[in-house]
Amino acid sequence: MTRSSRFQSHETVYAWLMSAPALIGLFLFVALPLFGGVYWSFTNKRLISPLPTKYIGLQNYQNLLGLQIIRLQPEIDEATGEAQKDLEGRPVYPRTRTIVRGNPVYEGYREWFTTDVLGGRFVVIARDPTFLRSLINTFTFVLVIVPGQGGLALIMALLVNQRLRGRYVFRTIYFSPVVTSMAVLAIVWTFLYNPDQGLINRFLNAITFGRLQPDWLVSADSALLAIIILSAWQAAGFQMVIFLAGLQGIPQALYEAAQIDGGNTWQQFRHVTIPQLRNTTIFVIISTTILAFRLFTQVDVMTKGGPQDSTVTVIYHAVDTGFRQQKIGYGSAVTVLFFVLVVTIALIQRALLKSDVEVD
Amino acid sequence: MAARIAEEAELKARRKRSRGNSRRSVTLALDYAIMIALAVFFLFPIVFMVVSSFKPEKLIFDDLKTIVWAFIPREVTFENFTSVFRRVPFGRFMFNSTFIVLATVSAGLVINSMVAFALARLRWKGKIIVLSLIITLSIVPLDAIVVPLLVLVNEFPWIDGSIGWLDTLHVQIIPFIADAFSIFLFYQFFIGIPRDFDEAAYIDGASPFAVYRRIIVPLSRPVFATVAILQALFLWSSYLWPLMATRGEDSRPLTVGITSFYGQDVKWAQILAFASMITIPVLILFLLFQKWFVQSVAATGLKG
Repeated sequence: MTRSSRFQSHETVYAWLMSAPALIGLFLFVALPLFGGVYWSFTNKRLISPLPTKYIGLQNYQNLLGLQIIRLQPEIDEATGEAQKDLEGRPVYPRTRTIVRGNPVYEGYREWFTTDVLGGRFVVIARDPTFLRSLINTFTFVLVIVPGQGGLALIMALLVNQRLRGRYVFRTIYFSPVVTSMAVLAIVWTFLYNPDQGLINRFLNAITFGRLQPDWLVSADSALLAIIILSAWQAAGFQMVIFLAGLQGIPQALYEAAQIDGGNTWQQFRHVTIPQLRNTTIFVIISTTILAFRLFTQVDVMTKGGPQDSTVTVIYHAVDTGFRQQKIGYGSAVTVLFFVLVVTIALIQRALLKSDVEVD
Repeated sequence: MAARIAEEAELKARRKRSRGNSRRSVTLALDYAIMIALAVFFLFPIVFMVVSSFKPEKLIFDDLKTIVWAFIPREVTFENFTSVFRRVPFGRFMFNSTFIVLATVSAGLVINSMVAFALARLRWKGKIIVLSLIITLSIVPLDAIVVPLLVLVNEFPWIDGSIGWLDTLHVQIIPFIADAFSIFLFYQFFIGIPRDFDEAAYIDGASPFAVYRRIIVPLSRPVFATVAILQALFLWSSYLWPLMATRGEDSRPLTVGITSFYGQDVKWAQILAFASMITIPVLILFLLFQKWFVQSVAATGLKG
């Protein structure tokens, strides 16, 4: 096993030569843009601009995250000195725009939403309400799709893992959307989701006798749900195959032991399958979470972030500002925040899922 | 061994079956009912797309009124397909997509496996640092760097002396050849190959490159297939980067080709014909090499 130091230096030369192409590629196209993005996020850089790029400190980040809550005071009736009431006896509030416009402290802010809580009216104003909305939409998407799609994938894996006739056919069918491009599927599903003529509402109409006719992509209430369903449909087959590999790795002897102990199917699932699938499940959760945070294609093709920002996502906002509006500095700041967010979530998930020791 | 276990399980199952035959057949029927319902759910959009692409536009909307007819091609026309060819350079899009995937995947297989070989099987200073750098870079999602990457490639020089890579094929190829996740998959496979093979070759005076070329690569076909399929799937579907980096039709891939076609003029019959022409070839490839597809996907999870 011992090799001379001369040989080792020879090995070192080969090692660097063989590593060089990939390392140069990773440096130029991953590391450099990553650092470039961080750098430009502190500037007002634009893609094409006559003005020189200027260092503007944290301004992009302040614009992204700028948020204030104002408690509105009811209008006072000048004659009586009491709060004005409308016909139904509710206090009358001034319009948000007059307040925001009139006060230099609120310059650059726009109304995000207004809410009546704790006996008063509060206005939440933000410098970039769309970005904050994109954070909420992205988190909603992740929180629904990770358990939803994972659960569906597990059910499918359990079904096709049985020794049933035709199981390979079913496996193939469930996996087939995975090999199809999302951009193509998003267009096809836009047609399916058409509220009046689309196949989905025709079908829902037939089985619910017209009671269930969502507006899908057209309505702010259902657009994100429509995108979630399409996304789960497209990718569940991928996780199914990973679960299937996990299931096939479980030693058959464990099930036999459980049968000898008199365990029924449910008990076998609960006490053999679930604990044995632990690592697979952790992997599926972490990888689906990261993929889900990157939601872009479906939104860009189907809704362009609408209606009323209800489907705008973090990456969509980054592309919209950094590319379409050519505000490189601002778009870079969005992607830097996105990167920090994804890494933080991945680390938290890893710590949480791996720390709680297996209980048997 | 596995066969015996399977046999025993079968025997046990049969014994059980005779005990609770009716209950068993109810569960079986239920399983099939769920599996068929799921199959319908996963198939209907694709079947609807393909069937409708052969119908005249008006008939698609008429047939939607009765769900069943929507899946039956009672009138077959190829006009939608010819219209697509008339309106856009479909062949060009198809060539671009195929070329981008093949070039990126084949170059990637070479350079990513070489660095993985150096990391997994050679002894050199700096190895640990390089390995940890690559693992760190593998968490960087492409989406997190597209905006600055666009600025950079816009200022990169090309071999013909021009500045800026936008609107070319190579802007869709070169940035994606080196891939940290592919390196990681190769590394995990290479590290598991017994050392004896290379030691023997080194004693015979082989160079590290010869060991890589003649011993490691031939032993590693499965991981090459895995990386190739995963990368091809990812590249074939890529949308965000080509959307940003290409303007004209000459360098556009199919994904951006169809979305801009969809944006121009909504003629559903033609759009569905376009979509079918993109989807069917890939589905055929998938059916032919199904085992490899499934194994590749399974491999991402095994050691994650």
